[in-house]
Order: sequence, then structure tokens, then C-alpha cells
Amino acid sequence: MSTDLLETRVAENNQLQAVGQPHKHDSARKHVSGKATYIDDMIEPVGTLHVAPGYSTAAACGRITKIDLAAVRAAPGVVAVLEAGDIPGVNDCSPAMGDDPVLVSERIAFHGQLIFLIVAQTRLQARKAAKLAHIDVQAEAALISVADALKADQTVLPDYEFRRGSPEAKLERAAHTVRSSFALGGQEHFYLEGQVAFAFPGEDGDMTVHSSTQHPTEVQHTVAKVLGVDEAEVTVEVRRMGGAFGGKESQANQWAALAALAAHATGRPCKCRLDRDDDMILTGKRHDFLVDLDAGYDGTGKIEAVKINLNSRCGHSADLSLGINDRAMFHADNSYYYTDLTIRSKRLKTNTVSNTAFRGFGGPQGMFAAERMMDAIAIKLGLDPLDVRKVNFYREGENTTPYGQPVEEHELLATLVDQLEASCAYRARRKAVEAFNAENKVLKKGIALTPVKFGISFTLRHLNQAGALVHLYRDGSVHLNHGGTEMGQGLYQKVAQITATEMGVPLSKVKITATNTSKVANTSPTAASSGTDLNGMAAAIACREIVGRLKAFVAERFDVSETDIEFLDDQVFISGEAKFSIKKLAQLAYENRIHLSSSGFYKTPKIIWDRDKVEGRPFFYFSYGASCSEVLIDTLTGEMKVERVDVLHDVGKSLNPALDIGQIEGGFVQGMGWLTSEELWFDDVGRLRTHAPSTYKIPTASDVPEEFNVSLFESEGNPEETIYRSKAVGEPPLMLPISVFCAINDAIASLNKGVLPKLDAPATPEAILNAVQAIKRGEVD
Amino acid sequence: MRKAIRFLRKGKVVELDQFEPTTTLLDYLRLSERSTGTKEGCGEGDCGACTIAIGRLRNGELVYEPVNSCILLLGQIDGCELVSVEDLEGPEGLHPVQQALFELHGSQCGFCTPGFVMSLFTLYHANKPGLSRADVNEWIAGNLCRCTGYRPIVDAALEACCSGLNDAFSARAEQTREALEALHDEQDVLVGEDAGFFYAPANFQSLLDTYAEHPDATLVSGSTDVGLWITKHLRDLPKIIYLGRVIGLGTCYEDEQGIRLGASASYAVAEEFLKTIDPDLDVVMSRIGSKQVRASGTVGGNIANGSPIGDMPPMLIALGAEIELQSNRGRRNLPLEHFFIDYGKQDIAENEVLTSISVPRLKSGEHFRAYKISKRFDQDISAVMAAFCLTVKDGVVEHARMAFGGMAGVPKRAGGAEVAIVGARLDEPDSWVHALSALERDFSPLTDMRASGAYRQKVACSLLEKALLELSDQSAASMRVHGQRAPVFGDAHVN
Repeated sequence: MSTDLLETRVAENNQLQAVGQPHKHDSARKHVSGKATYIDDMIEPVGTLHVAPGYSTAAACGRITKIDLAAVRAAPGVVAVLEAGDIPGVNDCSPAMGDDPVLVSERIAFHGQLIFLIVAQTRLQARKAAKLAHIDVQAEAALISVADALKADQTVLPDYEFRRGSPEAKLERAAHTVRSSFALGGQEHFYLEGQVAFAFPGEDGDMTVHSSTQHPTEVQHTVAKVLGVDEAEVTVEVRRMGGAFGGKESQANQWAALAALAAHATGRPCKCRLDRDDDMILTGKRHDFLVDLDAGYDGTGKIEAVKINLNSRCGHSADLSLGINDRAMFHADNSYYYTDLTIRSKRLKTNTVSNTAFRGFGGPQGMFAAERMMDAIAIKLGLDPLDVRKVNFYREGENTTPYGQPVEEHELLATLVDQLEASCAYRARRKAVEAFNAENKVLKKGIALTPVKFGISFTLRHLNQAGALVHLYRDGSVHLNHGGTEMGQGLYQKVAQITATEMGVPLSKVKITATNTSKVANTSPTAASSGTDLNGMAAAIACREIVGRLKAFVAERFDVSETDIEFLDDQVFISGEAKFSIKKLAQLAYENRIHLSSSGFYKTPKIIWDRDKVEGRPFFYFSYGASCSEVLIDTLTGEMKVERVDVLHDVGKSLNPALDIGQIEGGFVQGMGWLTSEELWFDDVGRLRTHAPSTYKIPTASDVPEEFNVSLFESEGNPEETIYRSKAVGEPPLMLPISVFCAINDAIASLNKGVLPKLDAPATPEAILNAVQAIKRGEVD
Repeated sequence: MRKAIRFLRKGKVVELDQFEPTTTLLDYLRLSERSTGTKEGCGEGDCGACTIAIGRLRNGELVYEPVNSCILLLGQIDGCELVSVEDLEGPEGLHPVQQALFELHGSQCGFCTPGFVMSLFTLYHANKPGLSRADVNEWIAGNLCRCTGYRPIVDAALEACCSGLNDAFSARAEQTREALEALHDEQDVLVGEDAGFFYAPANFQSLLDTYAEHPDATLVSGSTDVGLWITKHLRDLPKIIYLGRVIGLGTCYEDEQGIRLGASASYAVAEEFLKTIDPDLDVVMSRIGSKQVRASGTVGGNIANGSPIGDMPPMLIALGAEIELQSNRGRRNLPLEHFFIDYGKQDIAENEVLTSISVPRLKSGEHFRAYKISKRFDQDISAVMAAFCLTVKDGVVEHARMAFGGMAGVPKRAGGAEVAIVGARLDEPDSWVHALSALERDFSPLTDMRASGAYRQKVACSLLEKALLELSDQSAASMRVHGQRAPVFGDAHVN
């Protein structure tokens, strides 16, 4: 399947050298041989100490009345125990708002909030000592669920609204209306490598921290702030992460701060690696939502007015909830034009861990609401949901989003959906599903085809910048560094491919180096799918600077025109003829005092966004895709199996089709887990009880459909000037499996035509059985 | 008495005479050997990042089994070969499974990859031509990957594991076999002192004597449960008695009455015997834990620890299994259902050891059905586990044993429903109603993170209904979303 596809892509792109080729992940060989070094694998200097977090298990919220750490201090191997008062700088590790204390001393705002840290000779000693604390908390009534917080009307940030026309009036006048309310669960990142940081104290109060983070600059700033030193005194490095998915964007800060605090206090290298259960209890997740929506539409299903309320659980602090909830609103249209609309967002404050970035950054939740609405309309009208989707697609004259940005590639989306509809034989299979359901009483099938339109750019404008540093050495080898981080997505390799192509050297001559705040400073997080767009372009700009100097030198030296010089295949071509090697050129240029290093800086053009006025162009462009899923459910037990999935996804001109397909398939399965088997469950006290893989179930291999066809859309290339006309691919595929959920909904809806299933996400066997029994009783959503 | 453990590592014998009894194999690898290729993902045997291969002789044959090193105790590998990810690459290059994962883009972040490599290494050595995707899926159910979506990993497995054995390990299999044979002895092994030890007796009487002398010792069989007491509950367990070397304690055999499982037989070994009773045992057992867990975990350990959520006890109770317990004071037998008294309370005396489980075969007219309901199909703990053994004659239920897990603090029979079902006709669903409503009254299940009490109640009834539907309908295969049972001769004659 994808192998043929890869070959096609290779044939198409071989004129572009390294770019466009299905190169393997840069560390693939090291991954399979166990030689790839993660932070916990680094050789520990003699004297290394280990840090464990200390917290109270008594309550979710309340005043701390006693902290007795005598037994902790006396425990074997304990070197130091630090509390809030031991923090020399500012006691905060939040990304922006100043509301995330590293350690608390007076109140806890959620179950698991840190009160102290232990530094011990071994990690086991530190973990065992943590259990010996005596902490009393005067427990107070805690707000745990979205519903709790809605009732109490507690928010972390102000409400926000997109509004156009007169949705209320239009709803009153609409020929048909539908109302739906549903719960949409959160999601644990479950990166396989848990949070970890290793801090090395230096002279003059310097601190070097190896942190598994998507945002080394923010870790640097946090460590400096917490230690009360200048940012210039702190260096943060990350070679690779064992997965991140947004969970290490802001929430790697705290563990780096703990390691640095311990190193600062003891003068010894200190490592903080969270136990998996602690990791899941102490770090934020994807926001869960309660959504209310109303739609008015005509007899064809075309929407005339929309009211969507997005209520999310943010946790005890703001973290990144502003951008996340904004992005949920930005995607509550998905691919559909709403004439008159209101999209409202409430950012609710709860006594739970602060929810954070997770692949899609709120977008999936908003998009899910749009797709629920399409299904609801189709079910009410007795139409095929795909037809209702199509009738509402953005089109010429109806292509302005709720926030004012025009959808310029609406034709691409329609074409892509048509192609998938044909290639997966949607209509024939829809009939086959109906025939199956007519014959089978216990088992029922469902099918759905849903689109994805995802906005690319940080909606916080200043983050859309990146830097790179490129050196050409005298042997013709190239050192590459940039501000992006490698978490498995293959960013390092894509940027290396770009660099090799720009410099005219083989990929093997490009040395990939760890992201380091002292090489490229003031970087943005590797997030918002923007890693390649930003850092790839910055690296290309750095390369072009060096190449420009070299060409000017060659032109002068050999008295030729710069336009006749090309660097290709490790050779210098003059007027189409290979003259000498890049190595020789480098040596010659050096001897002629040509500067062989350059930094590159890139900022995304075109984007402007006025949040207060709700106007502008927050996104440089959109990425598109669509998927069709077929499922089988058991109406006796609620069990479900995904039988077949077809995906067609737009990555513009692919920089690396193998890595892109990896992102699409991986994103699909991760999103499928979010909507089916992954359930976060808090008990009455507010303790997360699904804090280990024994209780929190991400997909395994057998959950992946036997038939899983993934193709890249044959694209003319991104109409915007992105790096080699590619498109971002990190997050958009996560939303493709909304079709799995819609297919489940379709299967349930077959039990009682015209009635909306009361199905919440995730569609666990329990949720499915509840919806089955409700629809059999004729209960309406 | 041997005062050190011995194992084979990179072709050499390693002897260790000093280690903490609770040292995990993963800590030995990462902290003592500094072999950091093997990763810790969860520390509880659920993610598989720490998977390593254990080479051992089974019936004289060298086999490689995948295990989770994070919860396996170091002492448990006495007499085995230890293979970790670093050992696979040779002078001739990557191992075929590594090469296939590399070529087919089987890694992204790479953190789970060493575990997959080792699981696939054991699949490679299982040497199964004609492997299907479903076979691979089951084999790697204990390895979680959050990046790739598994497709390229399964492709790599199919690429590498279907074309015979041709690696360095198979080339030197005979030497390895001889080396392991040379390590095999029938001596008791003791590392440590009276106050704290790892004790691995070979002699059954030594086991009973030592346990009598140290009733505070912790018995360890597979360590798939005790391992978590160490890594998660951070308990101090100074005295460990390991059952895996006791001669005869893992022996399984079958006779006219049925199947006798030695208490320390792994799930993997027990499954080969139990699946001959009914295909549903095979279906459910292939979903218990993972390949790694079933390679080390034991049916006996699962029973002895009194877990309320084990999948085996309901099936064994429905089948009418008995267990045998022994101590220095003698031996006794009891029906398995009587062993579970209450949550956390079993009928086992101080220093008594569970020694065997006897499982009768189905008699003529008896039909078995077992269903596991969980959020995820593979490697999940059940919300509800149901097992039915129904005696049917001329289309009428004459007798029933129904046992459930997840419905009470212990695995338990549905007394009311068992009575109410008698006389029900398979071809008259109306006659099932009494049993279904009796079943609702039999249990008051709790709500927890796996399912609500209400769902458990509903689904228990649904499963009884499903069992009856399957028995009454010839086309039973269409009743299940997954986990199809193989057709059995006899089912077709129910009516």
C-alpha cells in the first residue's frame, strides 16, 4: 500500500535530491539497536543525585495545616529535602500567567500538587522517602468536573465569543432545528519516555539542564526565574524526546526546575525522572469538554444558523488554556460555512491538574462539535451524513470563517473528499452496511466519511519565528542546529534534508546536533505542527546566506556569473559542468577568508490577528484531509471493532513521504484512542484513578484496522510560500479518526431511524451500550 | 546449596552472589551493567519498553521468551540466557528484526523500539511460517507505541519473522543449549542471609521447610504481581522465595479426569493444555496480560494472590476446578470457588503453598462459553469476566455453573441465575427471562475506573443472553465483534 506510494513519490521528487525522498528517521538505526541516548541513558557523573516529588494524597483542594518532613529527612540516602521557602528566585513554572507554583506551602489546588522535593543518593531512596511525609490538609469542597465548575461559574480566563449575523433570530425562523449536548473526554499524552530532566551545576552559578522538552527556551527561562539568575547563565539542551505530543510544551518546566533546584542546593548533578504514575497524576492532559449546540437548517441540511457553547476543563491554572480554547473555537466550523453563528468558549477552573497542549491544541474538540452537528442534522433529515457535510462545505462566496479569514483552498477540500469517496467505494459500502444491519440483530455496522481542515500557525503571532545555525567546515561537512526539537516526528531529518539540498551536499554530510539554547536563542516551542515550516525555512535561509557568499566568491575567483554556479551532489558546477568538490570549495573559501557560518532567521508572513476585534488572518494556510471508517458494534455488550479505514491527506509537496505517512498513521491511531478506549476517570475526592497503562488504555496493535489504507493527496503544492511548498502534518491527522466515532454513531443510529444517539466520547463499550439502550427506548439526545 | 545465581550473558556465565532480593532485572541492566538500551516506560509490565528475551530450555529445546524486565526479579533468571537489545547487532550488521524495523520506518521517537525489537526477536525464534497480521498483533499486544500507529511495526514483523531462522543466535543454538544444560542443577539457591534473602529452592521439601521457618517471606512465582509491590507500592520485601525452580511444581499433565496444572506453570504453558478443553479458554487466555505477562505470570500465582479481577478464576470455577494446598502439616484439596472468601481474604493458612489446579474436561452435554469485557480488546483488565458451563439436553438447560469476575470482591458464582436457568429452552428466549432477572439480583457490582456498577450489571445479563443465543444459533460466529471462537464438534447438536 504505502510502499508503492513511496516509490511514486521518490520518482517524482528525485530531481530535488534529499528533499522529497523517503529517508528514514535520522536516528532509526540507533533506535533499533538501543543506541539512541535519552536523558536517563546519559552517563551519570560520580556524585549524581536523584530527585523525587513529594505531595499529599489527602485531598484535591484545601489549606495545608501541617508539613512534617522529619521522617523524610531521616530516611536512608536522603541528602536534601527542599520546600517552597528554599526557592531562591520566583516560585513559578507557568508558561505565562504566573499561576503555577513549583512548590506550594499554604494551599493545594489539585490532588498531587507538589509540596516538597527529595534529593537522595538513589532514585528508589528518593521515591521511598517521599512516602514518609506527614502532611495534613483541611479538605475543602473541590470542583472536579466540567459540570461542577459550570455550576460554580469558576473560570481561569475570561469567556470569548465569535459572532456573526443574528443566529438567535435565524434559529427561530429555521425550517428545521436540532439541539445536542454531549461530553467529550480528555486524553493523557502517554509519551513512552516520561518527564525527565538532568541538571549540571557549573561555576558562577551557571546551570546546564538536559530536559525532555518541546520548549527548551521556556525551560531555560523557568530555571533562571526559579533560581533567580540571568537567562544567560542557564543552558538547556535536548537531543531527542521519547514522545511528547504537547505534553512537554509547557509541562516539562516543573521537572527541570526541580532538578535545577536540587543541583543548586547540593552543588551536584541532579536528575529528576518521574515514575509513570506520578507523571500521569502530576501533568496536564487534553482538555475535556461539555458542548451544547443548536443548529437551524433547511431541508437539504444546509445550515442557516449555529450556536455552539464550548465548555472546557482547564484545571487549577491557565497554563496554555487561552490558545487551546481559542483553537477549539477556530475549528468549530471544521470545513463548513456558517452564515449566522455564535461560538462561545468558557474556560473553567477546576481542582484538577492544569490541562495543557495535546496534538491538535483544542482544534480536535472544536472540530468534533462540527461533525456531531453534521451527523445530528443528517439523522434528523434521514439523509446520508456525507451529503449533509458536502452541502455545507466552504465554497466560492461562502468561504469566510467565523473569525473572518477566507478559506482559499476550498476547492481542494471538495476534490479531496470526492477522491476519497470514490477510492473507498463509500456509496457501495453504505449500501452493504445497510444490508448487513437488516440481517443482523446483535451486531450492527456503521460507516462515516469526515473531513479535516486545520489552521497552521501559532495563533499567538510572535511565536511564528525561528532560528537556525549552520556551519560549513573545511572538509565539506555541515553542522546543523536549529530551534526545533525532535520528539519522533522526524523534524531533524526533514531539516537535514532541506540543508543538504540547499548546500548541495549529500545528506550524510549534514551533522544533526542537539537543540541547545546557547546555539539558537529565543526559540518557540516545537508545537502547532510548525516545526518544519519554521525551522526548515530558517535553516534554508542560513544555508542560502553561506551559499550566497560562496557563489560570490566562486564568481569572482573564476570570473563567471553567479547564476551559472550550482552546488549539487557534493560538487561545484559551473555552467553545468562539475568542476571541483564542495570540500575543495570550503577549503579554498576559508583560505580566502570567506565566512562559512551563518544563522538564519524566519518569521511567517501574512499572519495578523486582532483577538479583541476578532479579525485578521490567524493562519498562514490550512492543511486538509479526510477519512472513511467502518465499524462493527455489539448491541448486547457495547464492544466495538474498527474494520476498515481509508485516509487521503494533503501535505502539499511532501518533504519526506515516509515520515509524513508515519505522522498520518500515528496521528490517526492516537486520535482513535482518544475517541474510543482512552478514558480519564476521577474519583469523588478528585483523584485521577487512571494513572497507569493498567487502567488507561491507549490503542494496541490489534485496535488498528486490518485494512488501513493511507494515501497522500496528489498536491500541486502549498499555494503559500512554505519550505518547498510543503504543508504541516503533525497535528491534522489526529482529527481524521473523528470518522471512527461518527461511524459508531451511525451504527447506533441504525437501531432507531431519526433518533440521535446519546453517545459521549470516548465511545467505550459502556458508552456505546448506554447509547444503544437509550435509543432502543427512544430517548432523544 | 548454591550461594549465587548463574545465568548466561553474551555467551559467558555470569555469577552473582550479592544483590538485593528485590532487585529488578531492569535495574540490573540499566544501573549495574549500564546497558541502557532497555527502557523503563511504566515500571509495571504494561507498556513493554523494557522487554528482554529469556533463553531457556523447555523439554530440552532452547526457546526465547519475551518478559518485562521492569517487574522480573534478577534472581528469577537463574539458569537462563539473558538477551537484551544491545546483543542483537553483530559484526554482520543488524539482526533481521532490527533491519526490518529500520527499513520499514518502524520507529519514530524510538523509546518503545528496543522493546519491540526484543518481542519480535522472540517471534522470530518462534519460527512460525505463515504468520498473519492478527498473529503479530497478539504477539506484540504487550508493547505500546504512541507514535507509529503500529502498521509499519507489524509490516516489519511479517517481513522478518516468516522466513526461517538465520541469525547468530540460531547458529550457536547448540552451544547455548549445552551451556544452559551445564547451568542446570537441582541445588537450592540462596543469596543473602536469614534477615534478607533471595531463595530459589529446587527441592519441594526445602520449599515447605523454609517457608515454615520464614512465614513472613514473600512467595514469588512469575512476579507479574509482586513486581508491582516493589516498583509501585515501594514495599520492602526482604525475604523472597522464588517458586520457579521447584522441581515438579510447574508440571502440567492430563489424564482421564482432566488437566492438572502445576502451580508455577506459566500462563503460556497452561494455555496449551487448557485450550483443549474449549476454544473460548484459548480466546480469553490470549487476551490475559500480554505475551510477556503470560511468559512469566502463572495461573497459580493469580489464584494465590486472590485478585478479584483475574480472568482465570471465573473460567476455572465454571469448569469446576479444584486446587491443592500443601504445607509441612500436610495437603488438602478444595473447590476453587471456596478458596476466595472475601476481598483480600483467601482460604490459605500461614506457610501453606498452592501446589496445583485440577480442571475437569467438559462432560457430554456440557457447553462452555467465556467472555471478557474490557475497554481495550488486548492486554486490559476486564470490567466483567463471565464464564458459563451449561448442561443442555434436548434443547433444555438441565444444569448450569456461571461464574463472574468484576461483579464482586471475589470471583463468584451466580447462585440465583444458576437455579433459575434450569428448564429454560434454548429455542424459547422468553424462557430465559427468569434467569436474566435472577442474575441481576445475584450481584451488586461496584463502580470504578473500569466500568460503572450499572454497566457491569447490564453486561453480565447481556453475556448470559449472548451465551444462550450462541448455543441456540448455529451461526454463532456472527455474535461476536471479535475474539471468534473456533467451531467445536458438539455445539451443532445442542438442539
